[in-house]
Amino acid sequence: MERETVKLRIKFAKSGAMRFVGHLDVMRYFQKAIRRAEIDIAYSEGFSPHQLMSFAAPLGVGLESNGEYFDIAVQSHTTAEDMKERLNRVMVPGMEVLNITMLGAHAKNAMASVAAADYSVRFRQGYEPGFDWVGRSMEFYGKPSIMVTKKTKKSEQQLDLKPGIYSMSVKTDENGVPVLRLFVDASSSGNIKPSLVMEAFCREYGEELPEFALLITREDTYANAGTAENPRLVPLDAVGEPF
Amino acid sequence: MGENALRKQKLALRDEILLRVEKPARYIGNEVNAVVKDKEKVDVRMAMCFPDVYEIGMSHLGIQILYDMFNRFEDVWCERVYSPWLDLDRIMREEHIPLFGLESQEPVKDLDFLAITVQYEMCYTNILQVLDLSGIPLSAEERTWEHPVVIGGGPCTYNPEPIAEFFDLFYIGEGETRYRELLDVYKEARREGADRKEFLRRAAKVPGIYAPSFYRVEYKEDGTVRAMVPTEEGIPAVIRKEIEMEVSDTYYPKKPVVPFIKVTQDRVVLEIQRGCIRGCRFCQAGQLYRPVRERDVDMLKEYASDMLKNTGHEEISLSSLSSSDYSRLPELLDFLLGECSRKNINISLPSLRIDAFSLDVMGKVQDVKKSSLTFAPEAGSQRLRDVINKGLTESVILDGAAMAFEGGWTRVKLYFMLGLPTETEEDIRGIGDLCNKIAAVFFETVPKEKRVNGKVQIVASTSFFIPKPFTPFQWAPMCTKEEFLEKAYLTRSSIKEQLNQKSIKYNWHEADVSVLEGVLARGDRKISGVIRKAYEKGCLFDAWSEYFKNDLWLECFDECGVDIGFYTTRERGLDEVFPWDFLDCGVTKDFLAREWKKAMEETVSPNCRMQCQGCGAARFGGGVCFEERGDGYGA
Repeated sequence: MERETVKLRIKFAKSGAMRFVGHLDVMRYFQKAIRRAEIDIAYSEGFSPHQLMSFAAPLGVGLESNGEYFDIAVQSHTTAEDMKERLNRVMVPGMEVLNITMLGAHAKNAMASVAAADYSVRFRQGYEPGFDWVGRSMEFYGKPSIMVTKKTKKSEQQLDLKPGIYSMSVKTDENGVPVLRLFVDASSSGNIKPSLVMEAFCREYGEELPEFALLITREDTYANAGTAENPRLVPLDAVGEPF
Repeated sequence: MGENALRKQKLALRDEILLRVEKPARYIGNEVNAVVKDKEKVDVRMAMCFPDVYEIGMSHLGIQILYDMFNRFEDVWCERVYSPWLDLDRIMREEHIPLFGLESQEPVKDLDFLAITVQYEMCYTNILQVLDLSGIPLSAEERTWEHPVVIGGGPCTYNPEPIAEFFDLFYIGEGETRYRELLDVYKEARREGADRKEFLRRAAKVPGIYAPSFYRVEYKEDGTVRAMVPTEEGIPAVIRKEIEMEVSDTYYPKKPVVPFIKVTQDRVVLEIQRGCIRGCRFCQAGQLYRPVRERDVDMLKEYASDMLKNTGHEEISLSSLSSSDYSRLPELLDFLLGECSRKNINISLPSLRIDAFSLDVMGKVQDVKKSSLTFAPEAGSQRLRDVINKGLTESVILDGAAMAFEGGWTRVKLYFMLGLPTETEEDIRGIGDLCNKIAAVFFETVPKEKRVNGKVQIVASTSFFIPKPFTPFQWAPMCTKEEFLEKAYLTRSSIKEQLNQKSIKYNWHEADVSVLEGVLARGDRKISGVIRKAYEKGCLFDAWSEYFKNDLWLECFDECGVDIGFYTTRERGLDEVFPWDFLDCGVTKDFLAREWKKAMEETVSPNCRMQCQGCGAARFGGGVCFEERGDGYGA
């Protein structure tokens, strides 16, 4: 029997100690949080039913994010504001629900929707490169191609990152620390890790990027609301409607 | 942003360390329902420690109960601490990072108490690891007010002597009753500026508290204990266990801590009763936790609902030594089945006796095709089952199996022990016979066309019998490693001879570690040097077979001149004074001796509900001892 369910998209932020909780455990965390918040989530059929839940893009351990997403199917709901408040009442420090929107019946699920992501990249104190990275960043970004060697289990592959970098800029944050903003392809076929770009950047100027040098925040995750030929990248929750 | 997200979260470990170690979420605290208090507003800070890795320690109910209790005290902040895994252990030593409490992320060394639960003997080197990484001297006598008071509790502390040197205090028995009093004694001592020794002296007079430094052990020439003597006036010669008699009106966590990573017990645990009426003669828990005390069914219903709501867990499990003996089980299960199916919550039911009722319930909560049934006959023959007082007969097992096979189950697990007192070759061969008969029952019960995958799977596992203090078998000699292995090989070949051997799989435990566990279980103060040496040579996580270093342990016994056989294979006389005899667990030594004799006579004892055996636990004034009973005893 088909049940009437509604799909909701939940946007959340992850910071502080929560950076060290991996993707699968974040999924488990939200399964339990949804129970604690008494959200009327829908379950799959079968002997061991599971919550109908789909996460967008996994976030690596150590990264912060201001724009993580997952979708849930619910059997009933109140207002977005009320559900957000209920969820935030059962969050731990470092986890915060930012927004809930309602998806149309035919909306692609969160994971399939991911097209791009926007990152802030800082150098950890004591790990800044020796060259003038702020000054050189635009020169680097201006190169016609950014070749890297991507190692897989079987082979090494030459890869040009440039087409997947949609924009790059440097700003200074409120503490006067320079921040590199990277807007890159995050689709399943062309995902670009910010660390890969930063490795290529350092190597271009004769330095190796040391391990643990970067502090990375995913600022938001984007879907393509346009077409393949004419992409229009919008935050994942812009696809949904307020309720 | 919420207030929570704005609060700067302090971590004891740098990002570079957390990114380097396996499962960093073991070390960050911050879990749902973890308690964070303002340290300026409490008088006593303590850390509750389970000396094993986080996933094991977080699965332990006792710590959750005490953590909840301590944090309900307004003047106390209790944190948790576990053994850092080997990767972090190495980094902490290299970088001189002190062990820290998960909640505050501050060094354990700066707290007032370090309370360690000692659940199994094979964690003893991990206790030393926790002390060492905390910067606390291993020997209690080297400690000053610069160090926390180190207090132990849990089943192994019913023979605390092998680890007595490392502890300032032990709490003997259930924690709900005397900690408040102990903390008040502490607060007063600190307020008065009393020295540490004086505090320990006062603590030693609190019921249930054992302060090893106030006792001297005298030995006979043969190495056995002559006497345990208090060294000062006013220190009790015998310490009786503490016990919570009001189990329906006491501390129990409504908001247990919910870990981020998957732990062994990733579910709500509802303790339905304490103790066991059965009196299996090998079982230590069955004696230590007497008398049986049931929790009120309405309390359990309320707690089940609240705990599920407060944790968001998707599973609830009943906990007790023998759940089938809980008198209100049908009512409780009825309630849970209703609650849980509505909320898509699984129920896990360990330790149920296999009968029509339990099969019916299990059929409702498990996928019978995927789950297996468990029997614990413990011994292969009726004769030996009578010796150990395991009241499970072959016909009960076979009838239960037949019912289960009719219900669709095809997998059966069987647990046995090898090396039990009086065991013969015939008893061991009985294991193979019993497995074979169960397989035969399957083929007789289930017609060919109804057999899923056409077969039945029987898994027999054996562990090696280790005599434990405060059991009727505390006098029994234990086998050597070679004897154990011979018994395992005999079991294997007896299974191989069976007609249905293809349906039977056999597993057995390691023998080395059982021998060591036997030494530590019935050891005395002379063992502590061996434990310390083993730790110093690198023994750690001994409960993890891949890290257990038997050769190193044997080397330490050798270097310390300690004879393993003295503690294991030696048969104790009835008049021997045991290292743990100064503790009173409620059950008398007379009763245990009577049971030991009955075992040798192959005579069973009825359970507590059938007929009182006069074990001594009635002195606690409640529980099963005062229930209306068939024999006219009781209230």
